[in-house]
Amino acid sequence: MSQPANSKVILEAQGIVKVLGSAPNEVRVLKNIDLQLHTGELTLMMGPSGSGKTTLLSILGCILTPTEGRLTVAGHPTKNLNAEGLANLRRKHVGFIFQGYNLVPTLTAVENVMLALDLRDQSGPDAYDNAAEALEAVGLGHRIEASPSKMSGGEKQRVAIARALAGSPSVILADEPTAALDAQNGMAVMELLAKVAQDTNRAVLAVTHDHRTLQFADRIIRIDDGRIAGSERPKLPGAKPIEMPAH
Amino acid sequence: MDIALNSPVQAKAASRPAQRPRAPKRRVPMVVKLAYRNLFHDRLSFMVTIVGIVFSVVLVAIQCGIYLGSEKKIAAILDQAPADLWIVPLGTKSYDDPSPLSGRERHMALSVPGVASAEDMVVSFARWRKPEGGTTTVLLIGSEPISDAPLPWNIEEGSRKALEAPNTVAIDKSYFPDLGITAVNDNAEINGVNVEIAATTKRIRSFTTLPFVFTNIEEARRLTGTLQNQATYERIKLAPGADLETVRAEITKRLPDAEVLTQNEFRKRSQGYWLFQTGAGAALIAGAVLGLIVGIVIVAQTLYSSTKDHINEFATLRALGAGAGYIVKVILLQAVLSGLIGFGLGFLLSLGVISAAQDTKLTIVMTPELAVSLFAITIGMCIFAAISAIVKVVRIDPAVVFSR
Repeated sequence: MSQPANSKVILEAQGIVKVLGSAPNEVRVLKNIDLQLHTGELTLMMGPSGSGKTTLLSILGCILTPTEGRLTVAGHPTKNLNAEGLANLRRKHVGFIFQGYNLVPTLTAVENVMLALDLRDQSGPDAYDNAAEALEAVGLGHRIEASPSKMSGGEKQRVAIARALAGSPSVILADEPTAALDAQNGMAVMELLAKVAQDTNRAVLAVTHDHRTLQFADRIIRIDDGRIAGSERPKLPGAKPIEMPAH
Repeated sequence: MDIALNSPVQAKAASRPAQRPRAPKRRVPMVVKLAYRNLFHDRLSFMVTIVGIVFSVVLVAIQCGIYLGSEKKIAAILDQAPADLWIVPLGTKSYDDPSPLSGRERHMALSVPGVASAEDMVVSFARWRKPEGGTTTVLLIGSEPISDAPLPWNIEEGSRKALEAPNTVAIDKSYFPDLGITAVNDNAEINGVNVEIAATTKRIRSFTTLPFVFTNIEEARRLTGTLQNQATYERIKLAPGADLETVRAEITKRLPDAEVLTQNEFRKRSQGYWLFQTGAGAALIAGAVLGLIVGIVIVAQTLYSSTKDHINEFATLRALGAGAGYIVKVILLQAVLSGLIGFGLGFLLSLGVISAAQDTKLTIVMTPELAVSLFAITIGMCIFAAISAIVKVVRIDPAVVFSR
């Protein structure tokens, strides 16, 4: 399948298999997954519950290691990396957005973003201004000193996006980023992610159940029973219209 | 940072606030900020931690202070009347375990080359009859008035010169109630002989409950029935350039029924006897260790529960790529911050207790060395207590962030 001409592969998974548990009770959660993420694209990963989406996201984000297969993130193979090596790779190249936001409740919005910069060794004298700019870019310039407990779900998710973008990682992985938000905030967050993905040096992959978000996708991957069941690029000329389930 | 979104998402997304809050002038490292925010977030837990550390610091400080105070009290007479060598009866356990020498030690010592002077000292138990009736045992100490280090010291009322008169003694003011004395010039009896309180001292207390009673050497001999040439101890001063070990060997050779101890040996022997052979020191050390254990348990428990409370944040940090070292640093900083605050408060409280105990029968000593040791012990205790929290946190599976 073709992709934008100026994009490049930033993350590549080949033959990914994940087995949980041990024989005879082992479960093959992922079955020989091949996947590439391209810069400048927002990829949505959809599939029924238990299909292996979150496990795959965890493996692509170097949080879980595959039982078999090869993963390369920003040109770095993950094979033989220990927990610290994987953490190092995540720190440098992967930004996460979680369904439950996962902000540090004792830190303000700007401090949450500064924390991500600190982890990425970008805690220089400009860290505060950089973090504030990141929050302004996601529309939270007026809330930079707010505590997460005083923010709405949409605001928290936008702080989480700013945090994921801090330090400019090349891969952004989002796990159900709109699941805890109302329709308006969900659309706003997806629009934001689509903008984030327009960066030619960055790829965004979001796991979602929300079919209203499909309109933002450059690419949609359907996963079922641990396998990739289909992949389409709805925005390319000649692409079929996206099928929206009735519900 | 590279996130120019030009977002039409919402109108306010594109609009920069008229004035962004200024960056703080003093930048606290994020790892420190995270540690103290976590620490102060749950104020009740934090208070429990601090109370535990303060309790531990005060307990250890007081126990160690009493131990040092005991060491000081046991050796006080020796420290005030130092000698290069002490001739003591064979088998002497402590300074205040007196038995008489044979009586020939002074002349024998003076005949040894290298000995500059030899002074008699009489120490003996005596029976004290209070003016209003009733008796008690005292430790009578008689020293030579011409000594270069005369006893007693810290004289508050009267004078040392007054002790040269017959039938005169000096006692510490804190012993007035024990000895039935109300003022200087009161009279009492020692071994049936009438004596007058010619001087009083301040803060000269014995380690045992027996009060010290000071007098001159002749009076001490008379009151205790000691022969004219006899003494309990002989204080030896060496001539300049004399070799201590050579002189000691020569005196030992000439006095087979006596021991010749250096100042330090006599101090250590006296302290060792009271603090370890009687078990008093062991009890104090056990109290200090108990304080430490209580401190460790309280700090460990609260740090562990604080870590558990914040486990999802630590898992998020791990998922975002924080190394184990970063997270361990946060926990250790929490422990050290708790230790610093707890030590500060505990030390101030200890100083208050020590100050309040100054004029009581309890001698508690705080030295710069003890303060530094206490500080190191407190911080070490907190770091040790953080181990369980660290073990918990380094085992976090960052994948749990997806299950929330």
